[in-house]
Amino acid sequence: MPLLDIENLSVTFATATGPFRAVDNVSLSCDGGDILSIVGESGSGKSVSMLALMGLLPFTATVTADRLEFDGRDLMAMKTRERRKLLGRDIAMIFQEPMSSLNPCFTVGFQIGESLRKHLGLGRAERKERTIELLSLVGIPSPETRLSQFPHQLSGGMSQRVMIAMALACNPKLLIADEPTTALDVTIQAQILDLLADLQKERGMALILITHDMGVVAETAQRVHVQYAGQRVEEQDVRPLFESPHHPYTAALLSALPERATKHGRLPAIPGKVPGADDRPNGCLFSPRCAFTTDLCRRSVERQGAEFGHALCNYPLEQGVPRGHPDPEHIGQAMAEMME
Amino acid sequence: MLRFFLHRLGLLIPTFIGVSIVTFAFIRLIPGDPILMLAGERGMSAERYAELRSLYGYDQPLIVQYFDYAWSALQGDLGTSIVTKRPVLEEFFTLFPATIELATVAIIIAVAVGIPLGVLAAVKRGSWLDQGLMGVALVGYSMPIFWWGLLLIILFSGILQWTPVSGRISLLYFFPPVTGFMLIDSLLSGQAGAFKSALSHLILPAIVLATIPLAVIARQTRSAMLEVLGEDYVRTARAKGMPPRRVIGLHALRNALIPVITTIGLQVGVLLAGAILTETIFSWPGIGKWMVDSVFKRDYAVVQGGLLLIAGIVMVVNLLVDVTYGLVNPRIRH
Ligand SMILES: Nc1ncnc2c1ncn2[C@@H]1O[C@H](COP(=O)(O)OP(=O)(O)OP(=O)(O)O)[C@@H](O)[C@H]1O
Ligand SMILES: [Mg+2]
Repeated sequence: MPLLDIENLSVTFATATGPFRAVDNVSLSCDGGDILSIVGESGSGKSVSMLALMGLLPFTATVTADRLEFDGRDLMAMKTRERRKLLGRDIAMIFQEPMSSLNPCFTVGFQIGESLRKHLGLGRAERKERTIELLSLVGIPSPETRLSQFPHQLSGGMSQRVMIAMALACNPKLLIADEPTTALDVTIQAQILDLLADLQKERGMALILITHDMGVVAETAQRVHVQYAGQRVEEQDVRPLFESPHHPYTAALLSALPERATKHGRLPAIPGKVPGADDRPNGCLFSPRCAFTTDLCRRSVERQGAEFGHALCNYPLEQGVPRGHPDPEHIGQAMAEMME
Repeated sequence: MLRFFLHRLGLLIPTFIGVSIVTFAFIRLIPGDPILMLAGERGMSAERYAELRSLYGYDQPLIVQYFDYAWSALQGDLGTSIVTKRPVLEEFFTLFPATIELATVAIIIAVAVGIPLGVLAAVKRGSWLDQGLMGVALVGYSMPIFWWGLLLIILFSGILQWTPVSGRISLLYFFPPVTGFMLIDSLLSGQAGAFKSALSHLILPAIVLATIPLAVIARQTRSAMLEVLGEDYVRTARAKGMPPRRVIGLHALRNALIPVITTIGLQVGVLLAGAILTETIFSWPGIGKWMVDSVFKRDYAVVQGGLLLIAGIVMVVNLLVDVTYGLVNPRIRH
């Protein structure tokens, strides 16, 4: 039984212009001790789906799911109070902007200690000891002095380390890291990712790593969940995904990797953007940007089986060739365009 | 911090000079003659008039009068009331406790009611509760104090007969002032019913005086809370599994209070200005009523000295507020 089991999770926001479905029937699961990566462009609903799992969405959001289970417990059926007990203890989350994610009015020690008191009922002295331990665990030098510091006295990288220490405070079974390095310098990014990977291994916790950087995925993840416009478009283990992506969107993300693109001279960009609330096409949501789109794609789209990475595509790629595509000539042309 | 403090202290000097000039000039701009106000119904002879004018120095050129006044003020002498013949400073300190008591209770009411209402409105934003509260706050803010005061007097003193109309305590009680705060002194006196009497005298004027600051604080708290509730660190607190009580009341409110504290400090000026009307309506024997009475009597020394002292208090409080601001906001403290 997976640690986290989500089936057909949907999130709809009530907006001024009507309902907007930011997450559309997403299914994913993650075993204890695994690293699952969720990839996708900005606006593809990565954060929203994880916030839905945490129950942290604003009241304008309606969350539905056929199954939302953590550690064998049905989150949807749980009372808010019960569910809150899981947060910070069994499921922890860190965010994209470490600097603004820490409360400017409280010291580092207070913010970490708070969880320890709430969930583990530790006393003052124990909290201090444990906090120092956590801070050195995440590689913060002279943790004793950091205890009494305020967030504005920390750099971005330090703040993210503090966030990680805070998340690890109660030994969570699952850590969700929502683009934990996007706001940081490149050198710091690598350090933080290494830290996360090390901690994950050491403690055997599950890690869900949200990113839009395929390079990060390659280095850390075991399994990859590709999301586009609120939908899961593909899911595979990391190695086969990199060797043979089945969804054209995944293929496009991969070909945007610098080390793959150098042989063509410049980085290809995926034309167009993720459809928002008002410009949802019928059929396949990726069809306006896809090189292989046919009339069928504009009408409807079919989900493939596990052998094609659950790709949400009528013509899943097989070694780069769209399977069952009706117009082989067009393919050659499109492939050439893609390679350009 | 010390440099900041000294710098602010230094800024007070020109402000004081400005205030002294303005108050000196304004009271003299009002038509009327302080000497003639002293005269009874039968008037006074021209000789007596001239004699008194030179006694009080009103025959001197204005500029000389001002420097005389300023020079004495620098030495801590704010002159003598032409009406009571008592030193202005002495009168001020006799009456001031009544005003502080009124203003303190008013600000306590304003903060104790305004902040929770603001938080409630922010948490329930857009609901009928929010709209209702903010509507009431707007009404409270725009209501003329004297009209509101009279309305309350008519209702609670007139129709319901719950509270007395004027004064600080029933004349049936007598005890020596210890702190000058009637609520505290009445308790210290140990006389049965004295505290209740003092409270019933205080409550209406305090509510009237609290109304505008309460409305301002509630609105400011609401908008500060709305801003803060959308912050990432509030989400972090919730992600840690903190209950809403703690997320709102500690993590969010602590940040929202930073701008609110400045607002509260600024209300001190509003309170003292409001005290003038409130004390007059409720015959509350504080410095507000004292100022109004003195203006009517053209008691130049009292008006200019009293206003200078009031201005000084407002400035010092504002300075203290800035210091407090530094204390509650770690980003400034370090
Ligand atoms: N509170 C909200 N109300 C309405 N729409 C929202 C809200 N939060 C997010 N959305 C919308 O939901 C969609 C998905 O947002 P989400 O933040 O999950 O994207 P993401 O994949 O995390 O992107 P990024 O890489 O930029 O973090 C976006 O179109 C966004 O505008
Ligand atoms: Mg996001």
